[in-house]
Amino acid sequence: MKMALTKDPINIIITGVGGQGNVMASRVLAGMLVNAGYIVTIGETFGMSQRGGSVMSHLRLSSNSVLSPQIPKGRADIIIALEPVEALRVLVQYGNPDVAVLSNSRMVYPMGVITGDFTYPSLDEIKSMFAKLAGKSWIIDATSVAVDLGNPVLSNIVMIGALAGASLLPIDRRAFEKEITKSMSAGKCEINLAAFDSGMKML
Amino acid sequence: MSKLLSLAKTRVLFMGNEAIARGALEAGVSVVSGYPGTPSSEVIERLSDVAQERNLYVEWSTNEKVALEVAAAASFSGLRSMCVMKQNGVNVASDFLLHLASSGTRGGIVLVECEDPGALSSVNEGESRYFARMLEIPLLEPASLQEAKDLTKWAFELSEKIRNIVILRSVTRMSHASGNVICGKLPGNTRMAEFVSDGSFMDPLRGPVVSTPVVVKHNLQQQKLQKAVELFEKSPFNSYSGPGHPELLIITSSACFLYSQEALDLLGLQKRVGILKLGCTWPLPLRLLKKYLRLTNKIMIVEEVLPFLEENIKVATMGMLRDTGIKTFYGKMDDTLPSVGELNPDIVAAALGKIMKVKPKSLPAGYVREIQKVASKIPPREQTFCPGCPHRASFWNINTALKLDGREGIVCGDIGCYAMASLWPAIGFNTVRTLHSMGSGTGLASGFAKLEAFGQDKPVLAVCGDSTFYHAVIPALINARHNKADMTFIVLDNAGTAMTGFQPHPGLDMGAIGEPLPSVEIAAICRAIGAKVAECDPFDLEGTSKILTSFMAERGSLKVLIMKQACALSPEKKGKKQYQMKVNEELCLGESCGCNRLCTRIFRCPALTWDRAKKKAVVDEVICAGCGVCYSICPQKAIIRTEVAG
Repeated sequence: MKMALTKDPINIIITGVGGQGNVMASRVLAGMLVNAGYIVTIGETFGMSQRGGSVMSHLRLSSNSVLSPQIPKGRADIIIALEPVEALRVLVQYGNPDVAVLSNSRMVYPMGVITGDFTYPSLDEIKSMFAKLAGKSWIIDATSVAVDLGNPVLSNIVMIGALAGASLLPIDRRAFEKEITKSMSAGKCEINLAAFDSGMKML
Repeated sequence: MSKLLSLAKTRVLFMGNEAIARGALEAGVSVVSGYPGTPSSEVIERLSDVAQERNLYVEWSTNEKVALEVAAAASFSGLRSMCVMKQNGVNVASDFLLHLASSGTRGGIVLVECEDPGALSSVNEGESRYFARMLEIPLLEPASLQEAKDLTKWAFELSEKIRNIVILRSVTRMSHASGNVICGKLPGNTRMAEFVSDGSFMDPLRGPVVSTPVVVKHNLQQQKLQKAVELFEKSPFNSYSGPGHPELLIITSSACFLYSQEALDLLGLQKRVGILKLGCTWPLPLRLLKKYLRLTNKIMIVEEVLPFLEENIKVATMGMLRDTGIKTFYGKMDDTLPSVGELNPDIVAAALGKIMKVKPKSLPAGYVREIQKVASKIPPREQTFCPGCPHRASFWNINTALKLDGREGIVCGDIGCYAMASLWPAIGFNTVRTLHSMGSGTGLASGFAKLEAFGQDKPVLAVCGDSTFYHAVIPALINARHNKADMTFIVLDNAGTAMTGFQPHPGLDMGAIGEPLPSVEIAAICRAIGAKVAECDPFDLEGTSKILTSFMAERGSLKVLIMKQACALSPEKKGKKQYQMKVNEELCLGESCGCNRLCTRIFRCPALTWDRAKKKAVVDEVICAGCGVCYSICPQKAIIRTEVAG
């Protein structure tokens, strides 16, 4: 079940805006990896910092060692972003020429952008920034898929499905199903599996 | 089944706070109390989930001092008990803690305090480790998630061995980190409560539990501390890893141990630098310290936030110089590391690299230039009130009333999400002008209101949340009433301790495990104090404004307005829209309206955004919570609300 890792540790950052289901995504992903026999360390910030602000979970995957809950700067291997500008915010701190970025395309405008004090880069600009700063990158419209499934908050699971589709980590549909049946009702599992499948198909 | 009850020897992914909770269960804890506060709240939340199965009494107390008293009663009765709070909660509990440590305890009792270096979710960076030294109490600090569980369990045993309370200190990066923990055995819990006090005055197990005669009890307390140090000398929670003859020795504790390990890894210094990790940090085990100080003459101390370990180690070294030789210390006192904010592997690596003259691997120069270019184009994301947050409407009301009143009223703030109204541009105007500890806004307002004789003629207001009201506001409110303070006191009642995750408080009709309890009404308390009391719905802008302006105009007494509206994230509201909102583009006049974009510059709801192409306001339906308040603020009536069926 436990495959050798391509690198040890693999440093993953999941980011987004408070309320997008960032923490839940990191828990589900970590649960899948623990079930597969890996040592996982997660570092998170939540509490008041989540109120409309940037949220970040650091997830570190190793086959043998316990690590710091904070990934050192410039050492991320995979960045999963529920919001594109948050992908950039993480990328400039933790990025390196080999990092893989998987980002949702749906923008959540910061207050300073809404008021007109700041400018939000266009999706094309963001794509070219990804191209310059990441080894690999994908931008998908996970929120629209989630809205079609009936709830925008499912975009976090669409992103996890897409991550499985990108084959960057030893995770698959069966592992996802096993993890969510532990904590969700049958009805909820079904819609989450649908979100996972839709995401997986997007890559 | 809760994963907190996982079988012995299984490997489980626990959050630090869950590991602490499991440790308490493995120790056979019976009574758990506390007051919610990030990063500590999950310890009690998770124990509430298993309270019935494990026969626990779990209580969210009104404040930390009461919580500690509740836990102490269990200890006096021979049960094991735990009290949990965030760093500044220890300040609140400290008066009782001083006397408790002097009277001594019976059943094992542990005070778990979770600190927040960097103030990620606090309005202070308080250090409570100093309480351990000041009040002469043993202090333990776990340095991994496994230790968070194991050390908690051991803390109960230690407390029972020395018959005194023990402090276990965690930090945000421990409490809110998650990792693999191997579970131990859950004992059968059969202890019954029996408070025996028929023995002689000095009998620690059968006499009265008092802190007198003070000098005698103080002496006994110090003997207990000495006994704890003897156990620390042999404790496996203090351990050394590294070469036999390191060039430099790092002494560290808590999450900083993990940062130090990572820093060695980043710099490739594992064969040159050793790490002494201390799980028992007060009082320091001196024989153990001497043994490792002898290894080298360069000592670096890595800790958060203040130089607590550093001070204590330096003082201890002064007494052992003949054995250890002269040392060079690196830490906070010589600015090797900062004395504010949290540390991380990079900060530790940079400091260590400077001492050892090695550099971590850096990114290619071209890549760094690209990073700088991109970084300059990223708009900042400030914290804001959530879509549908009642506080946005409440402060809109307060601001409107202040403007109508025209006398530049002073608003004193308090602790909760509503603190954002003071420091951040969460809304497009400033209202709250002071922000300190729980309940302090009301005490400050009481003081401001008495400055009339010295020329202070602005109206005085104070705000506080519902949970804060019970925690520390009541004495200040009685003070205001008794001393005839002319002020308007506003309760922002959002039906729970919202900021920390909806823990119940005495205003609700249920307790920590959902059991039915009688509620204690805020309005009834205020009326009993003698205040003039009114209640309103802050979403009703017109009605609220009427009461507020009339309260501010009325001179000479204490007025209380309770603004009632549940938090948008509360379980009963989350995901349910009352209204479907839409901007009528025909009616919205954009920049030419003359309102200065009241909706998107002043009201500032994340769901009410600006269409740059059309130059009109637009509702982001994915984010909108459907509270409908923005309908009332648009002078053009361009924001349309339609009630959602069901």
